[in-house]
Amino acid sequence: MTQPTVEQPVEALPPSLPPQLSPRAIARARRRQAAGRAWREYRRSWEGMIGLGILVVFVAVAVFVPLFIPASELDVTKATGTPFSPPSAEFPLGTDESGRSVLALTLWGARVSLLVGFLATVISVGIGSVVGIVAGHFGRWTDSALMRVTDWFLVIPFLPLAIVLATVLGPSLANIAFVIGITSWPGTARIVRAQALAVTSRPYIERARALGAGDWHLISRHILPNVVPLIFANTVLIVAVAILSETTLAFLGLGDPLRVSWGSMLDAAFTHGAASIGAWWYLVPPGVCILLVVLAFTMVGQALEAVLNPRLRGR
Amino acid sequence: MATAASRSFTLTIGQRRLGAKLIGAVLSLAFVLVFNFFLFRVLPGDPAKNLTRNRLVPAEQVQVLRASFGLDKPLPQQFATYVCDTLSGDLGISYKFRRPVSEVIAERIWPTVLLLGLSTLLSTAIGLWVGIRGAWQRGSVFDRLSLGASLALYAMPEFWLGILLLIAFGVGVGSFPGMFPTGGMSSPDTDMTSWAGVVDVARHLFLPCLTLTLAYIAEYALVMRSSLLDELGEEYLTTARAKGLRDALVLRRHAVPNALLPTTTLIFLNLGFVVSGAITIETVYSWPGLGLLSYEALRTPDYPLLEGVFLLFSAAVILANVLADLLYAYLDPRVRAG
Repeated sequence: MTQPTVEQPVEALPPSLPPQLSPRAIARARRRQAAGRAWREYRRSWEGMIGLGILVVFVAVAVFVPLFIPASELDVTKATGTPFSPPSAEFPLGTDESGRSVLALTLWGARVSLLVGFLATVISVGIGSVVGIVAGHFGRWTDSALMRVTDWFLVIPFLPLAIVLATVLGPSLANIAFVIGITSWPGTARIVRAQALAVTSRPYIERARALGAGDWHLISRHILPNVVPLIFANTVLIVAVAILSETTLAFLGLGDPLRVSWGSMLDAAFTHGAASIGAWWYLVPPGVCILLVVLAFTMVGQALEAVLNPRLRGR
Repeated sequence: MATAASRSFTLTIGQRRLGAKLIGAVLSLAFVLVFNFFLFRVLPGDPAKNLTRNRLVPAEQVQVLRASFGLDKPLPQQFATYVCDTLSGDLGISYKFRRPVSEVIAERIWPTVLLLGLSTLLSTAIGLWVGIRGAWQRGSVFDRLSLGASLALYAMPEFWLGILLLIAFGVGVGSFPGMFPTGGMSSPDTDMTSWAGVVDVARHLFLPCLTLTLAYIAEYALVMRSSLLDELGEEYLTTARAKGLRDALVLRRHAVPNALLPTTTLIFLNLGFVVSGAITIETVYSWPGLGLLSYEALRTPDYPLLEGVFLLFSAAVILANVLADLLYAYLDPRVRAG
């Protein structure tokens, strides 16, 4: 959806189509056309484009940073600088409590922060979509039971629940992603369920059922394609929440102790007294990065929502 | 006109609604109990083993320890004991403080209530005002600035904001001295009952309260703005204007009361989010409330204490949700009628 289609989108399908095209090819062409239309509409939102630009930069940094800064720079035993020294020519963003370059830490921190954010989002959106579609499609007691569970996760305060889970499971990258994923899916489930309910009540679903379509066919061919755009916009917003959550949990000391993330940098800075000696250069860079990335995801998510959510169109 | 008969009818509907909500809340709480029980007793393995980890303890002693925890009993019986204990207020003994969890929690409640109460009041008042003004003058400089600031505040971790404020106003930057204390709730040698003691607590309260207020304003302003924008498209406002009402009156008497409805309930529903802020901000300013207590518990890790705090937070938020529902039913005549 975020990639521009290179070829000219097919404008009017039926007259120009050769008769041997399969229904699947037609559906694919129609989807490509819709994606092209969405992209053209998305491009008009400057917030969305700025957000996308920021994200591309951060993802590029996260992917390519090992090429420019070797991992050995993060090794406490090989640190060369004096602890807590302010920005200088050698260390553009100063050093941390053990003399490592804050710039190197911040750039490397992007990897874990983004990775945990994406992993948690995959888990969260996966659970939320399955629960939402199953509840919306099957209805009756399945729906009530699933929504009861969803409401429970909605009502329980997020951070205490996440703290309890993370403490019990132990600190590691996978556990943090799992904890954030398992505590953040109910919103998605509610949105998806509402849309699945709306689609299920349409006449063409009844028609498909009359023609002998099973549940699997109905879900995969009719409900899913209608729900995916909503899930997509929602996913981008969830990444923002997940990255903020990772930061909070890592700040409380529940992050992976062997890896540097922006949250764990803030944790180390705070517990080593960077605030009381006024070492702003250690505290500001990770915070600004979080702010930029979360803001960028929010802007992209809202721009996507405006394009993909029919209810918001025309506002 | 509500006759006596119709009033008693609405009362029964209200009672039925209340009943359903209360049953839902009790179910949620029961779920929290089950969750707590299994999470802390089944997942982290044997508490007796956890306590004796890295120590050479004879097997018989471990057995005695297990018996003292009731771990030698079958699981359903353990669960029954756990529920009875919890309901009677016995939350176990804290590993860290070596005192009953309920006692430790009880002395930490009031600082948190003070901090959260004050910052919720302030952020609601300011947030609503900003949201109303922004929506009423949509697209103005004020609107765009406040929208940008709200989004930025929303995107930053609140504890980071807290640390920055701590450096700026507590520690001091360069020749600019710190004006406020950097942590705690009071200076060591002040008499809490005197006027000087009150001032001292207020000075300690200022920075954490400012941080939380700033962190919460964003959401209230955004919700109030969008909810008022929804109302502004309605036709009854055109009618009100056609009657000859001045703009300020149209806003105050017609648009705002309707737009306040979703926002009021949000204030209650938001308690879960407010609680999360308390945990990190109390940690940053070492404010001696439940948030700092949870931090101390998770760093130890002190499982009984963590469990107790989680139970209390969950119960508070579930209760706030019931209150939000009741309030909504009271405020919205459509819901009140059935």
